[in-house]
Amino acid sequence: MVKSLGWRIAIILFTIVAAFIYLTPSLTDDLPAWWSSILPEDKIHLGLDLQGGMHLVLEVDSLKAVEGHLERVVEEIKRDLRKNKIRYMELKRLGTDGIALTLMRMDDKDTFSDLAEANYPDFEIRPLDDEQKRSAFHLIFLPKAKTHIMKMAVDQALETIRNRIDEFGVSEPDIRPQENNRILIQLPGIKEPGRAMALIGRTALLEFKLVDEEHSVDEALKGNIPPGDEILYQVTTDSKTGRQSKIPYLLKKRTVLTGEYITDAKVQIDNQFNEPYVSLVFDSRGAKLFTEITGQNIKKRLAIVLDKKVNSAPVIQDKISGGRAQITGNYTMNEARDLAIVLRAGALPAPVKIIEERTVGPSLGKDSIEKGFKSMLIGGAIVIIFMALYYGLSGVIADLALFLNVLFIMAGLAFFGATLTLPGIAGMILTIGMSVDANVLIFERIREELRLGKTPRASIEGGYGKALVTILDANITTLIAALVLFQFGTGPVKGFAVTLSIGIIASLVTAIFMTRIVFDYLYDKRRLKKISI
Amino acid sequence: MEFIKPGINIDFIGKRKIAFALSIMMIIATIILLIWKGGPNYGVDFSGGVLVQAKLDQKRSPADLKAALKSVQLQDSMIQEFGEEGQFEYLVRVRKTDIELTGIGDKVKQAFLAEFGQGVEIRRIEMVGPKVGEDLRQKALFAIFYAILFIAVYISGRFELKWLMSIVMALSLTFVVYVTSSFGMSVTWLILIAMIVTLGLCWFLKLKYALGAIIAIIHDVTITMGAFALTDREISLAIIAACLTIVGYSLNDTIIVFDRIRENLRRYRRRTFEDVMNLSINETLSRTILTSTTTMVVILALFFIGGSVIHDFAFAIIIGIIVGTYSSIFVASPILLIWDGTFAKSRKINKAS
Repeated sequence: MVKSLGWRIAIILFTIVAAFIYLTPSLTDDLPAWWSSILPEDKIHLGLDLQGGMHLVLEVDSLKAVEGHLERVVEEIKRDLRKNKIRYMELKRLGTDGIALTLMRMDDKDTFSDLAEANYPDFEIRPLDDEQKRSAFHLIFLPKAKTHIMKMAVDQALETIRNRIDEFGVSEPDIRPQENNRILIQLPGIKEPGRAMALIGRTALLEFKLVDEEHSVDEALKGNIPPGDEILYQVTTDSKTGRQSKIPYLLKKRTVLTGEYITDAKVQIDNQFNEPYVSLVFDSRGAKLFTEITGQNIKKRLAIVLDKKVNSAPVIQDKISGGRAQITGNYTMNEARDLAIVLRAGALPAPVKIIEERTVGPSLGKDSIEKGFKSMLIGGAIVIIFMALYYGLSGVIADLALFLNVLFIMAGLAFFGATLTLPGIAGMILTIGMSVDANVLIFERIREELRLGKTPRASIEGGYGKALVTILDANITTLIAALVLFQFGTGPVKGFAVTLSIGIIASLVTAIFMTRIVFDYLYDKRRLKKISI
Repeated sequence: MEFIKPGINIDFIGKRKIAFALSIMMIIATIILLIWKGGPNYGVDFSGGVLVQAKLDQKRSPADLKAALKSVQLQDSMIQEFGEEGQFEYLVRVRKTDIELTGIGDKVKQAFLAEFGQGVEIRRIEMVGPKVGEDLRQKALFAIFYAILFIAVYISGRFELKWLMSIVMALSLTFVVYVTSSFGMSVTWLILIAMIVTLGLCWFLKLKYALGAIIAIIHDVTITMGAFALTDREISLAIIAACLTIVGYSLNDTIIVFDRIRENLRRYRRRTFEDVMNLSINETLSRTILTSTTTMVVILALFFIGGSVIHDFAFAIIIGIIVGTYSSIFVASPILLIWDGTFAKSRKINKAS
């Protein structure tokens, strides 16, 4: 034992130095330049509950993306039918399951079947035996294709949201997909949570639709909506009274142009009224479409629809070429800026819903850190004094282990890139109280051995030997609980599990290995005759 | 220094009947409390809803706050004063989950700003949709369940060297949970069934140490829940974490006593089981009290100084430490004795017949 003492001290010193190296970046802001080239420079990561920030979970309504996809397929089938001169009585989407089609003539049945097999491999073509001798089909959307669309919707939404957040300007955002079509977003240190939320949650589907000027809106409001039309509203809020008013518009259902052709969107200030507006630039395809539409519909009204709400419906004065348009409204500067961001980043493929939000203000986070560490210091101080009083010199050795323990937990957090949360600090405090347990177990055993009349040397040997199994047993079960917690917990709770786990392991090492070194040194090497315990 | 003199001999086991009566009373009180209050008082994490922590510049009555919230139709919210003296912090809880939850935090802020002017600070918003609440509840229950399962496996394997038995137990338990969950049973029932099955399996597979430890755990967590119901505290995610810590702590205590019992059983083969048990508890008493004290000291510091956010968490651990220490002496060990008593008797009956 004595022979290996030097080695053991070397191992301990090495571990302590390594712990300090991992901790240094968290303690000081300005590291020397040579440091970052060879040594770790990651700080202990603070959880949102400590540094302030916003945690959001979004749910992508990906069935809506399936609906949208099926609608587009319906349009494609329409075109194909027209091209092949097949006449149909009915063609519609069946929820999110597929498409229903009824042809006029029996003779077209085979032609359509061949056409569908070739062009729509994502569908199972199922002819229906209709007693009225018409030929009806159900095109069932294959589950594999459906899952693919749903997954794509989440991926695209994630990408779009990432772009929006990047443009909004948040440092170190964490955006990741989760199961059940959910997206987790963590925005540390965000200043205007409400604005960020509006920016993220908005679908931002921009559509241009022609106003149906042949039919009257009033008639349509009574329920007689002409086929191929829909009613959408323009919602305006009076900035003084805060009262909302809704103006109905009768629009052609067909969307002539969407926001997907936008290449750039910028905020500009109107010279006349000094009001901000958003100017759009379309790509070449969009510009061509826009020229066509405006050219064909001069003196008619073109509605700009944003998320199913009419933004404005200006009269087309002349053919507009060059691919530019503008969106006006009573926007504040921030609103216009955010609108430009979402238009640039593109629309979400499906609506999203915020299903969980946790926001912590920066002042609360700071309070939590301060109070947490204050209670750690006070609680720790009492434990340290108590141990020294109760066990004398041995107690002081245990206190030393306690210091190292806290050092190792902190360094462990930095080493594993784990996150320190408020429950995590609580876990650390708890470890301070509980980690002396291992030493207490050993000391009590040593006392028992001494009472049996053994020499200090033999008592230490016996005490450590007998307590070891118990210490391992007791700590492994706590470790099991902590690991389960880590597996199932989220956010702050996970932080608690991490500090608790690291704390248990650190306390095992310090209690069994490190204090032993000190004892061996004192009673083997220095050959102290009386043991202070 | 010594609190407990060596050679102390308190007859803990002899007082087991009083202890059992006390424990059963507390558990029954918990059940009655929970039924009376209509189930555990779930926080927004589990029930869904919105919680807003607002700091005002001067003292207001809950009625003032409710009046301010009237403009946004949230006057039904629960208002609670929060935090230290002279801080003027309030918690606003919106329990309704049928309304649009997104943006409620902002609404509360606007309403307070309009009514109380500047100096309103929204320090924390927690919004949990009903579906997420349901998910979190399931996750939490499963966490407790798995913790108990793994611990049961470990204890039976470790203490009775019945690794095979414990694996049999784990497999059959997983099977039962799988079958019952395929019937679409709610997680609460699932856990209840799983607990009963675990206890039953421990009984039939004769895993007495696991049985004692698990009953002690269930005892501790139940009574902690009772203390929460009694003081009208909410059960949040952090409290579940606290419960699992209590499970770990209580086991820690129990195992140390069990370890000593095993050791002493080998050493004193002539003595009665009851004697050995008393001896073991007395021998570990000094350690039990010392560790509980140091843990209690730090957790009391956290409770009084740690700030309001962590308050309930600290409270749970305080209760857990008290009950956990008590249960490892008065619940877990006596169960070993009862077990031996029952089996000793049945052996006699077998001989007689």
